[in-house]
Amino acid sequence: MSEDSYHIYVDAKKQPFSMNLREIWAYRDLIWLFTKRTFKLIYKQTVLGPLWIILSPLFTSIVYTVIFGKIAELSTDGIPQFLFYMTGNALWSFFGGSLSQTSVAFISNAHVYSKVYFPRLTIPISNVISSAIQLLIHMVLIVCLIVFYTAKGMLHPNLAYLPALIPVLLFTAVLSFGIGTMVSSLTTKYRDLNFLVGFGLRLWMYASPVIYPVTQVGNGVLRNALLWNPMTAPMEMFRFVLLGAGTVRWQSVLSTVLFASAALVLGIMLFRRAEKTFVDTI
Amino acid sequence: MEDSRKVMIRLNGIGKVYRLGQIGNGTLQSDLQSWWAKVRGREDPNAMIGQVRRLEGDRFIALENIDLTVRKGERLGIIGGNGAGKSTLLKIITRITAPTTGHMDLYGKVTSMLEVGTGFHSEMTGRENVYLNGSILGMTKKQTDEMLDEIIEFSEVRDFIDTPVKRYSSGMYVKLAFAVAAHLKSDIVIMDEVLAVGDLAFQSKCIRKMLDASRDEDRTILYVSHNMETVRRLCSRCIVLDEGRLVYDGETEEAIRYYSEYLMKQAMEERDASTYVRRDRNITGLCRIEDVYAHETDVPQDGTLSFDVSVQCACSVERMILRLVVSNDAGMIVGMTFSESIRCEEGRNDLRFRFPVHPLAAGRYVCDLVLCEFEEDRQTRHDFVSKILAFTVTENRTYFGNAWKFRSWGNVKLEEVSAERKAHE
Repeated sequence: MSEDSYHIYVDAKKQPFSMNLREIWAYRDLIWLFTKRTFKLIYKQTVLGPLWIILSPLFTSIVYTVIFGKIAELSTDGIPQFLFYMTGNALWSFFGGSLSQTSVAFISNAHVYSKVYFPRLTIPISNVISSAIQLLIHMVLIVCLIVFYTAKGMLHPNLAYLPALIPVLLFTAVLSFGIGTMVSSLTTKYRDLNFLVGFGLRLWMYASPVIYPVTQVGNGVLRNALLWNPMTAPMEMFRFVLLGAGTVRWQSVLSTVLFASAALVLGIMLFRRAEKTFVDTI
Repeated sequence: MEDSRKVMIRLNGIGKVYRLGQIGNGTLQSDLQSWWAKVRGREDPNAMIGQVRRLEGDRFIALENIDLTVRKGERLGIIGGNGAGKSTLLKIITRITAPTTGHMDLYGKVTSMLEVGTGFHSEMTGRENVYLNGSILGMTKKQTDEMLDEIIEFSEVRDFIDTPVKRYSSGMYVKLAFAVAAHLKSDIVIMDEVLAVGDLAFQSKCIRKMLDASRDEDRTILYVSHNMETVRRLCSRCIVLDEGRLVYDGETEEAIRYYSEYLMKQAMEERDASTYVRRDRNITGLCRIEDVYAHETDVPQDGTLSFDVSVQCACSVERMILRLVVSNDAGMIVGMTFSESIRCEEGRNDLRFRFPVHPLAAGRYVCDLVLCEFEEDRQTRHDFVSKILAFTVTENRTYFGNAWKFRSWGNVKLEEVSAERKAHE
């Protein structure tokens, strides 16, 4: 059994600001089980099962290629259209999926949260991890395409910058986690925000260089606004490394770092506050 | 007489206050609605009406200044009426919600069973759920691995362990869930009436398991229940909560006596039905029980409890019936009966009822009164007043030399069985 030093102190007056990383670490098995559960449940009672993880981005990319590539004839910086949309869609799905899942962390798990204690942050963390795993699966497909196009000489990826993908993915994860936890804390009082997340994410996607490159947007206010979008830098950097074409400006990088850090701090602060008593209000 | 055992839980001045606005309003829209109503000086459309007594402005005091120390190996029972604050107390100790005042020390790992099968997912198999449930309750995968066989053995569902739990019967579900919770390696186990479910044999098995755990592993157990029988069997010490305050702390049998006396006293205090606050029980409120008065509260066994009820009706009712739900002094429901149907006019109706108490064994009882309208094969509930009418059945007779044994015989005396010697053909 647990050691003699085991001691938990709860004071009504003190509001600790900490993630309590040690406790979360102790519950790492739970995070992993939640992640596994997510995958098991999505594909239970489906015929194609996990194949859907590959099929849905495949179909999405085909539709994008037809609509934005062939009909609207948007530029893709000279990159094969299908691959361009595939990468854009993969990173955005990671961001959007993890944000929308974490944003309902409290509401959709209220039945568990209100009956038993475990570190509340385990659920949003596992949400981000399961989105990351989906991204990883998408990447397998993308890497195959990259190899194929590079062999044909149609693509020149900047593989020297490969380590840059780590901060790209990290900041995307942090941004979605921060905003997600913020929203989920506020939704314990105001359910309205849930609807906002749904169409807000869709609008944000069109405001980010997902289906078009930054170069497509001329000069002036629009371009400036686009450069300050915190999702612009990850998007363009991601393509720059993998596909060899992308526009990374200092404003974009600064914006990503600032927004992500602010969202993380604020998100955890609000989450820690909400987790203490949200059971009473939900 | 200092207790030398190690302190496991210490609460100092723990209190919990709910803000009423917080409970009802879930959307921005209704908050704006409330705000707009306030601006115009209207009544808040989202206010909760007539639900609670411990109100202070817009605040509801669920728990007040609780001091409690629980030591290693103790099995503490927590009893009290509905809304006394038992669940809130458990939720604070299990850290599901935070207290509003005071502070708390926990010197051991706490696992809770506030509801059986928390975190079970119907699509997943029994085995998968054991792992998930175990880790939600604080076990690592390795610990669950070690206990898996024992858990499956205890749960009695070995043959179905790889079947999704949605195919389980509710009994199997409960057994598996309890098995997980009971095998947790924790210092403090908190249970909220989980033993109420499942068959009797399994219930006994669970209590034995908990007793063993407390004896052999020095586990501390906190148990909340309305079932005094299981409290008696399991608990070594008991506290009684009333309206958010700790009113008794001591030996189990004493606590149960204290609680039943308190229940009776509460009912005896001729509670005024007109001001009594109705909890939401699906009632129309069209007809209300205004006053209840019993002529004589001590009734001999072959006698009749006669009582007057005045009913205020907003419309005339052709066939009104009064339902009596009778509970014993431990708060357990003993039985139910109806009155004959009676006509009620619009306005005030003074009614007299006579209830022959002969099926009840000697003892103290308390009734909930439900006012129903019977119409076209169905009932409409107009009013519900709980624990409003108390009486005592007195009796001197013995049953072939025995006094009535409540613990083994219950409260209801069934009709005598006729016997005769068969004539030889």
